[in-house]
Amino acid sequence: MSAPTSAHEHPAARALAGRHRIRLWEIIPWLLAIAFYFAFPRYLGFGTELLVTILFAISLDLALGYAGIVTLGHAAFFGAGAYTAGMLAFHHIWSEPITGLIAAAVVAGAVGLGSGLVLLRTTGLTLLMLTLCTMALLEEAANLGGHYTGGFDGLPGIDIPPLFGMFEFNPLYPRVQYLYVLGVLFVCFVFVRTLVYSPFGQSLTGIRENTLRMHAVGAPVRVRLIVCYTISAAIAGVAGALWAQSNAYVNLSTLGLDRAATVLIILVLGGYGRLYGAFVGAVAYMALSHFLSKYFPTAWQLGLGLLLVVIALFARNGILGIFETLQRRIGIKRPSP
Amino acid sequence: MIKRILAASAAVAMSACFAQAQEVKIGLVAPFTGIGAEFGQQADRGIEQYLKLNADKIKPYTIKLIKRDDKNPSGADSKVAVQELLTQENVEALIGWIYSPNAFASAPVVTAGKKLAIITNAGTAHITLTSPYWVRTSFSMWHSGFPLGEAAAKILKAKTAVVGYSDFPPGKDELAAFKRSFEANGGKVIDEIPMGGPAQVPDFTPFFQRAKDAKPDVFFVFIPAGDHSAAVVKTYGALGMKEAGIKLIGPGDITQDTKLQAMGDAAIGLITMHHYNADLDNPENKRLVAAWHKDYGANSTPDFMAVGAYDGMAAIVHAIQATKGKLDGDAALASLKGWKDVSPRGPIMIDPETRDIVMNEYLSEVVKGADGKLHQKLLATIPNVKDPCKELKVGPCAGSN
Repeated sequence: MSAPTSAHEHPAARALAGRHRIRLWEIIPWLLAIAFYFAFPRYLGFGTELLVTILFAISLDLALGYAGIVTLGHAAFFGAGAYTAGMLAFHHIWSEPITGLIAAAVVAGAVGLGSGLVLLRTTGLTLLMLTLCTMALLEEAANLGGHYTGGFDGLPGIDIPPLFGMFEFNPLYPRVQYLYVLGVLFVCFVFVRTLVYSPFGQSLTGIRENTLRMHAVGAPVRVRLIVCYTISAAIAGVAGALWAQSNAYVNLSTLGLDRAATVLIILVLGGYGRLYGAFVGAVAYMALSHFLSKYFPTAWQLGLGLLLVVIALFARNGILGIFETLQRRIGIKRPSP
Repeated sequence: MIKRILAASAAVAMSACFAQAQEVKIGLVAPFTGIGAEFGQQADRGIEQYLKLNADKIKPYTIKLIKRDDKNPSGADSKVAVQELLTQENVEALIGWIYSPNAFASAPVVTAGKKLAIITNAGTAHITLTSPYWVRTSFSMWHSGFPLGEAAAKILKAKTAVVGYSDFPPGKDELAAFKRSFEANGGKVIDEIPMGGPAQVPDFTPFFQRAKDAKPDVFFVFIPAGDHSAAVVKTYGALGMKEAGIKLIGPGDITQDTKLQAMGDAAIGLITMHHYNADLDNPENKRLVAAWHKDYGANSTPDFMAVGAYDGMAAIVHAIQATKGKLDGDAALASLKGWKDVSPRGPIMIDPETRDIVMNEYLSEVVKGADGKLHQKLLATIPNVKDPCKELKVGPCAGSN
């Protein structure tokens, strides 16, 4: 066994340096998304909903999967973004969609920063309950402010001007909405992917794995967590704004526990802390519930429930975890440091 | 002879062909799972009963119902379901919408789809203004709240009232409607108590105690149809409000037929205003209730959600006949403006201006029948009520398409 000549050539060093390398298969989801556009022009309403959910799940993955912030209230930011874009457009203050997304990101990020400053002093169950409380408070605020938010009935018929002044949102055939959401998803994904492979992202993983050690090496743990939570909130806000714009509608469901719990299930189903878990989980969960409910309108939840039970029993790391286990079994060794 | 047989069989074949071409596809959007599953089932059965009991009115057409679950009041699922019914299944008309938020969310798709869309439950008053293709065969919250305000002052001779309501738009609508007409008729609302959201049944004791302390003549309660009603009458009984001389009144949502028996004897004396209850004495209703008991069991009963869907299907069948099976959106709409029918709830009409229903409202009292079950006794009929919210142009109802 010969010692490596220099630190750069050590297999561990190469593995570490090559981790952020773009792999060939990473293009597959995007090709599939574009193929879906051409193959199923009548399913684009569902497709748009699916892409928004993927983005939302990615934002949760950043907080939960990478930084290990256990939250059950992520819909707070989804809703903050949705209401920002929705209310600005509904009250004719600002309706241009892309700048609307930025406004939504800023507001949701601010909510994330504000709540994060308080929440992230806690961990575990306390943190879980506090995230839930934040969401419940926002939901009730939206309910009480019915004059501005539309309350339980929501804000109907939000008028969104054509994208780039050219492409109109058609409510019956949502082609433009689909491509618009896909584009935004891509930009956000590239951002998140870069972030998690950066030293900042690595330190988040470190905090998740061993907070004490990160303190010991002198990493500013709380600041890192707050920054991560804020970024995650901003992306969730973008997802919410996309939902509001593509549906031309916003209501209390954007802030509800249903949405927060569903996205958590999706992420766990796909596999958290893996980036692509959001894609796999959202496609599996939403496609199953959509098509089962289409053919069995009264009994579809049974099928979905069975899938979740099977995943919980046999694939603790989600669907992507199954592939990893298989890879290990058949002996494809990943270079490990 | 052979020629004749050939000709006859050709005619049969042709008519068979013809009959097949006369199939009309209708999309039903309602919650079939989750907390609203029960309501979706009522709507579905209401439609099923209409098609069964009125088979002769539908000829020579056949109706194919395509059901889609809109799951929850989030709007998005309903909207996608409507999109797919219109673009994939090519339905000729839509029916359903139990939750108001889903009707609001679907409105732009309905407008773009240019097909008749019948609302069979969603009750926020101004929904019908969000698309020119909406026709509503259910009710607006103002239909019951407004006449009840007048009845409370004139028939029940109440001077003061306390209003307790579930804190979401239908509750606020009921409050506004009741208050407006009660005070116009000389009464006074002395306290307004929001009683939590629609999703969970709260502990009503603190709210009811506050109402009791205010000593009103009547206590008007609005809670959503579903499981709240049993808790309302039990709290009312437990706090001794009846003995204190406070009458419990409300819209018929609190005496939904499917929940009435579970409310127990505490409900006796409860006075409500609504457009339908299963005890209404008219031949149409007797026929519906009898068929319902036969098909779904003696303990099952139609309620106002079933009748909303029953009449919704009646409206679609009328539009099919009037447009000779084509159901072109605008022609179908035109045929329904001013349409009159005899429904299990009594005579109904679609108001040509608002596309909302015009119907009788019934003031009823809960009584115990000879069979030991609870029934609703008719006290008074208020004929031909138009949605007062749009008549009086209140708030968002003042808008136009």
